[in-house]
Amino acid sequence: MPGTPEQGVRCPSPRLWRMRYAEVIASGGALAAVAGTAAGLAFGGAAAAIAVAVVITGALAALWFARNRFRSWVYQERDEDLIVERGVLIHRLSVVPYGRMQFVDVSAGPIDRAFRLATVKLHTAAAASDARIPGLERDEAARLRDRLAALGEAKAAGL
Amino acid sequence: MTDSERDRAPGRAPAREAVTADGWRRLHPLSPLVRSGRAVLAVLALAGLSGSGLIGSGAGTRWWDFALVALVAGGAVVNWLVTRWKVDGVTLRIETGLLRRDSRQLPVARIQAVDLVRPFLARMLGLAELRIRLAGSGDADGRLAYLPEQAAEALRARLLAAHHGLDPATPEPAESVITSVPSGRLAGAALILAVQLAVVAVIVGGVTAAVDPGGLLAIGVPLIWWLIICGGIAWRRVSTQYAFTVAASPDGVRIRRGLLGTVAETIPVARIQAVRMIEPLWWRPLHWCRLEVDVAGRLGHDHPEGGGEVRKALLPVGRRDEAAQLLGIALPAARGWPVLRRPPRRAWWKAPLSYHFLAAGHDDTLAVAVTGRVHRETTWVPLAKAQSVRLVQGPLQRRLGLATVHLDAAGKRVRAEFRERPQEQARALVGKLAALSRSARRRASPVPGQAASVASPVNASHSEA
Repeated sequence: MPGTPEQGVRCPSPRLWRMRYAEVIASGGALAAVAGTAAGLAFGGAAAAIAVAVVITGALAALWFARNRFRSWVYQERDEDLIVERGVLIHRLSVVPYGRMQFVDVSAGPIDRAFRLATVKLHTAAAASDARIPGLERDEAARLRDRLAALGEAKAAGL
Repeated sequence: MTDSERDRAPGRAPAREAVTADGWRRLHPLSPLVRSGRAVLAVLALAGLSGSGLIGSGAGTRWWDFALVALVAGGAVVNWLVTRWKVDGVTLRIETGLLRRDSRQLPVARIQAVDLVRPFLARMLGLAELRIRLAGSGDADGRLAYLPEQAAEALRARLLAAHHGLDPATPEPAESVITSVPSGRLAGAALILAVQLAVVAVIVGGVTAAVDPGGLLAIGVPLIWWLIICGGIAWRRVSTQYAFTVAASPDGVRIRRGLLGTVAETIPVARIQAVRMIEPLWWRPLHWCRLEVDVAGRLGHDHPEGGGEVRKALLPVGRRDEAAQLLGIALPAARGWPVLRRPPRRAWWKAPLSYHFLAAGHDDTLAVAVTGRVHRETTWVPLAKAQSVRLVQGPLQRRLGLATVHLDAAGKRVRAEFRERPQEQARALVGKLAALSRSARRRASPVPGQAASVASPVNASHSEA
């Protein structure tokens, strides 16, 4: 589904990628500074350079992974169900009928809030159903939440 | 909660509990005795032993023992005093708690199962506990411990009648016994289990003796303990599943079992989320199998059977034909059995140990999946019960062009897994299962009393007395 222009297929906000980018750069930078200083104090300048290079390589790999992960995340609201597709190493696709929804969870951590993003999660009675969409802009998250709640109520089915 | 409320109405047995003007009822006055009975007996036995100088430091500790007994018994009496219940139209209300009141409302439409539990002591006194299971956490279950036996049975009939949308006064419908498990077979199955565990001890002992005869002394005591525990496990199996009988009635599937304490479980058929058949390796020569059903909800952590999902044995050990007969009752929507399809040969590289069992199939009402390495496990999930459909593809599966499709039902690990299907087929299967379960759900939805039922029970707060 990624890449194919299909009706109603949406992806998380591009700001999610910016947020992930900032997270990786910030934590990578901090880690590089700590590792460089520690290695420099303990073993000298060459060791410090190696430590920093290792951390930077790791951060680049993480960035590549985060980029692919961000790109793989798509969702589609169909008439009867919500489809969420994601995953780089392990590819997952979930189809959750609106009628099976128990509740919708909209959450936003401090970093999410700084980037004005939110995560929407759809819960069903099955613990394994995972329909989580991260990095939605606030309006979109609110719209999705309201729509899901309305559809869930309209199509509710007993256990 | 005054003393006058404790006055008991004279008359027939079901009306023996106290009823106040506004319909609130008490539990049976002997409940505190049964609830604290085991603890009190243990303390008294301990006190007797220490008093007679067999253990402990002599007669000096007696005062404490009796204080402990009094405390336990007093707590049980207070709990009884502050607990009351009533049936309020289509809800069962239970209030309990001295310092923190806990008022529970259990809507009958959301009942998942009703258990009538009779521990040994309660059975001697003609009492029974009624346990009403709802979806959601086990802490939300309604427990009435203890009621007189007839009153408990009458209340069960009333709740189940209301659950099926009938007049609550409808008498309990007649049930027909489907199958019962002979004690010999039950003992045989327990013996196989005990022998499996005991063999471990014998092997460990043998190896130790061969390597270093002196070492046997060191590990001898734990080994003997292990053997005693094996015996205990086997005994527990037999005593909890003794005289296992499955009966069908319009109320649902009724399971009766137990040697000293007995349990009668009633599961409305529409509440069955999935059925599982397990064929352990050691049972295969005997053509035996175990059948379990999954019901939505979780057992509480304080539950004697341990926390976790509500998974009830429909047949602890039985023949294939009995299992097939029970399957027909547990899955009334099924029309014939779906054709099973095996994964392609290349799936062996992904699942070498379970490839020999892997198979799955579906028709328009039912999904069936066979998995397992040593024990064969077959799961049936009615499509009308599907909560979601998922496709999962790991890196190795991608290399092999395979994918796994899960059909999830309510619960933690309740699902039919279509493992290692060819990629394109799996993609198509996801769409097909989603569409089929939608139409199955639509066919099943006009069941009375279920339209508005959601998993989470309302107003089910909890606290201790």
